[in-house]
Amino acid sequence: MEILYKKEDKLLEVKITEEIDHHTTEKMRRRMDYEIQRHMPRKVIFDFNCVTFMDSAGIGMVIGRYKLISMLGGSLEIKNIRNNIKKVLEMSGIHKIVKLYGEGEGKTNAKYI
Amino acid sequence: MQNTYENEMKLEFLSKSSNEAFARITVAAFASQLDPTIEELADIKTAVSEAVTNCIIHAYENREGIIKIVCRIAQNSIFIEIADSGIGIENIEIAKQPLYTSKPNLERSGMGFTIMESFMDEMKVESIVGLGTKVSMRKNIDKKKEEQEEFVS
Repeated sequence: MEILYKKEDKLLEVKITEEIDHHTTEKMRRRMDYEIQRHMPRKVIFDFNCVTFMDSAGIGMVIGRYKLISMLGGSLEIKNIRNNIKKVLEMSGIHKIVKLYGEGEGKTNAKYI
Repeated sequence: MQNTYENEMKLEFLSKSSNEAFARITVAAFASQLDPTIEELADIKTAVSEAVTNCIIHAYENREGIIKIVCRIAQNSIFIEIADSGIGIENIEIAKQPLYTSKPNLERSGMGFTIMESFMDEMKVESIVGLGTKVSMRKNIDKKKEEQEEFVS
């Protein structure tokens, strides 16, 4: 997992570089929560470009981070989502509260700046 | 005894969360002989991951136990059984409801059975409290490959 904080935009970019399941979410969530609480970002973007697999543990992980981020006054977006992962995310109704972008849709950061 | 299936494999492993990826990748590798699409393979992997995670978190409650998987192939379908000897499920109907989780403190989404049900063509749960749970699933893989083979030859 690579985390990048852009201070001038109060933007926290989290690039997830492994499969997301019950096993991997444990440490992922600990590190993310630390960075979120440390920076209090206005916007958090999860980059799923390298995420080839996600099961329902990912839904719990995203909802949990969404709660923390919005409690601190920020918003959450997920970009570069593969179709098989979109299917899992949409089953949970998460797309109603978190903006989801497919592969390439969120490629340029221009709109975030 | 005559087998009614064309191929079979059995897998037994400890209920460690690091085995979740091992289990779904192994089942997917076995299923790949049916020549599934990438999407069908992803569906199988997700369903297996959900069932195995349930064994680890709910059946054994993070204690050490054995998870058994049996996969069979018959007539363009894969049959997957995932069984544990854990605490069992008291009320299967409630457990299967979308968003229901007995462990909300663990950030569980309560979508496990719903995903298994919708990603596979058939899903059945059998459980005896104190003895264990068995999830049986079936996925049909369309026979597009035979047409392709004809083309090649």
